[in-house]
Amino acid sequence: MSSNGRKKQKIAVFKFASCDGCQLSLLDAEDELFAIAGAVEIAYFPEASRSMLKGPYDIGLVEGSITTHHDAERIQQVRRQCHKLVTIGACATAGGIQALRNSGDIDEFVRVVYATPQYISTLKLSTPIAEHVPVDFELRGCPINKAQLIELISATLAGRKPNIPTYSVCMECKRRGNVCIAVAQGIACLGPVTQAGCGAICPSFNRGCYGCYGPMESPNTASLVNQFRILGQSDPQIARAFRSFNAWAWQFRKASEECERHE
Amino acid sequence: MSSSPGKSRTIKVDCLARVEGEGALFVKMKGDRVTDVKLKIYEPPRLFEAFLRGRHFSEVPDIVARICGICPIAYQMSAVHAIERALGVPVDPAVRMLRRLFYCGEWIESHALHIFMLHAPDFLGYPDAIQMARDYRAVVEQALRLKKIGNRIVTLMGGREIHPVSVAVGGFYRVPARGELSPLLEDLKWALDASLQSVKLVAGFEFPDFEQPYEFVSLSHPDEYPFNEGRLVSNKGLDIDVAEYEEHFVEQHVKHSNALQSVLRARGSYMVGPLARFNLNFARLPEVAQQAARDARLSLPCNNPFRSIIARAVEMVFACWEAIRVIEAYEPPAAPRAAVAVHAGVGCAATEAPRGTLYHRYRIDDQGLVQFAKIVPPTSQNQKRMEEDLWQFVPQLANRPTDEVTWKCEQALRNYDPCISCATHFLRLHLERE
Repeated sequence: MSSNGRKKQKIAVFKFASCDGCQLSLLDAEDELFAIAGAVEIAYFPEASRSMLKGPYDIGLVEGSITTHHDAERIQQVRRQCHKLVTIGACATAGGIQALRNSGDIDEFVRVVYATPQYISTLKLSTPIAEHVPVDFELRGCPINKAQLIELISATLAGRKPNIPTYSVCMECKRRGNVCIAVAQGIACLGPVTQAGCGAICPSFNRGCYGCYGPMESPNTASLVNQFRILGQSDPQIARAFRSFNAWAWQFRKASEECERHE
Repeated sequence: MSSSPGKSRTIKVDCLARVEGEGALFVKMKGDRVTDVKLKIYEPPRLFEAFLRGRHFSEVPDIVARICGICPIAYQMSAVHAIERALGVPVDPAVRMLRRLFYCGEWIESHALHIFMLHAPDFLGYPDAIQMARDYRAVVEQALRLKKIGNRIVTLMGGREIHPVSVAVGGFYRVPARGELSPLLEDLKWALDASLQSVKLVAGFEFPDFEQPYEFVSLSHPDEYPFNEGRLVSNKGLDIDVAEYEEHFVEQHVKHSNALQSVLRARGSYMVGPLARFNLNFARLPEVAQQAARDARLSLPCNNPFRSIIARAVEMVFACWEAIRVIEAYEPPAAPRAAVAVHAGVGCAATEAPRGTLYHRYRIDDQGLVQFAKIVPPTSQNQKRMEEDLWQFVPQLANRPTDEVTWKCEQALRNYDPCISCATHFLRLHLERE
């Protein structure tokens, strides 16, 4: 029971193909962890506890993408157990870095890594959760921002819309007072087409944004591709820039495929 | 339930908890005999080595970080060292010291997480650290603050705790000014003291009476406790340059696991990680860490894997001490990173991730694109040894109820701080008593 006497909401954390970094963000909230554990019942979180309570759950946080037949079935069960289902991070929201297989030959990929490919069972595509089940909210980032995660959990508990902006990284750069590295130094930067949330870390570290929060609300990728060409980037370089942690997000995918055709 | 002689049972853990990634454990027993042990890593394959091909070398540190959200810096470090060797990039000594500091941050954060949030609950009988905090609030609070200080180093140097953005081939995109690092000193002095208390605390846990004739493997450096370079050595006579790694170690693909198992061609399984490093590099620890180990009666060599939690705490003492040393002596490098002249080349490197030695090899073409990548994470190297520990350990538990056997088996695996996300590139337990 929480302090106001109402029954605590049950949270569950599920993992699919991923690096574990987004769910680790919950444990990285060192200052807030006890408050979170006090406000909700962490009912299922195998990375943190061997006590695993059965569903249904009020909120399911899903990390990772779908890459196996087994996981394609498991996400259906997870959806049935969760009142609200929220994806956390680029894998769950856009297929993740492992979606680089989507533009390659999966059988050849498996042969490269494993001596006995027939032991390995995996799908041709790495796909986001929303391609399999309805999703109530998608939290972006590779990794997610823990402050956004806490805002998302608080908002969901309160039944309100989370305050997660969908504008570009450029807004965060301006707010930090960064001099634009693309304009001043001619560094190729995906900031103009990438959703905010990280706090414009890369430009603050003297490098171009590499798009780990995925496409912003209405990205003008065609214009940015032209700008990259003016900066002297080759089409294969530009295609690779769009083909990283959110390669399967359709706006980035379209941009990379166009650059590939242009080569 | 207690088992009578000859009675069979299966111990199954379908989803191993408090480890990174997804795995299951399957143990079959007949009376007090173990008839099968399988550590099943069902974490889906993510195929990094395949899709790294065709990427520019400068993109590799950001991509390989995503193999593991808990130790991204380890992946970045092994990658940049291997690529620097392939391309003959000289590294400024000040950059080298900053890399040590970065690694200290990751060791503190990762070790504090594993000691207190993942492993201590086994020794104290709780399902997790949150439940443990009901009775040990001060311990868990101290652990969280330690972890936060490790994360603070990483965030200051790399912009964020997970998948930091500053690491580049040849150095960093941005290096901190002296004045940015010095405010960490006060926290680190507290952390050093808290780590010493942690060693005392975990040394007081009860340890199963279990020792094995391990082959311990780690890097070894003549002057320093190992992070970023050194020869690969073992207590059974291995002493090689990292370039000879693949002549001595081979990865095997077993049917029940999506992770490759690495073995020594000559002698089979081996152990990497804090206990291996401690046993092989005790003399390179600073006096404060050596004394903490002596006070904890962690004598050399320690062959009890359950006591690895003490070695991990001793390493936390070292990491705090080393971070203070680097910050106090820090002068920023002349340039954040060395210029890189692109040409074709092959390079390999090993560094010491929190969980053990992490080996990378890359072949790069004259355009700077990766043609071949090989990555051997610590958990792949420990995997076979983890299974062998259970073969030897479970018979001791033959008369114990299944619930207890299951928990003890999980604890035995957590001795290795397994990172399954890394290794597939784990844990359900099945104990079957026939």
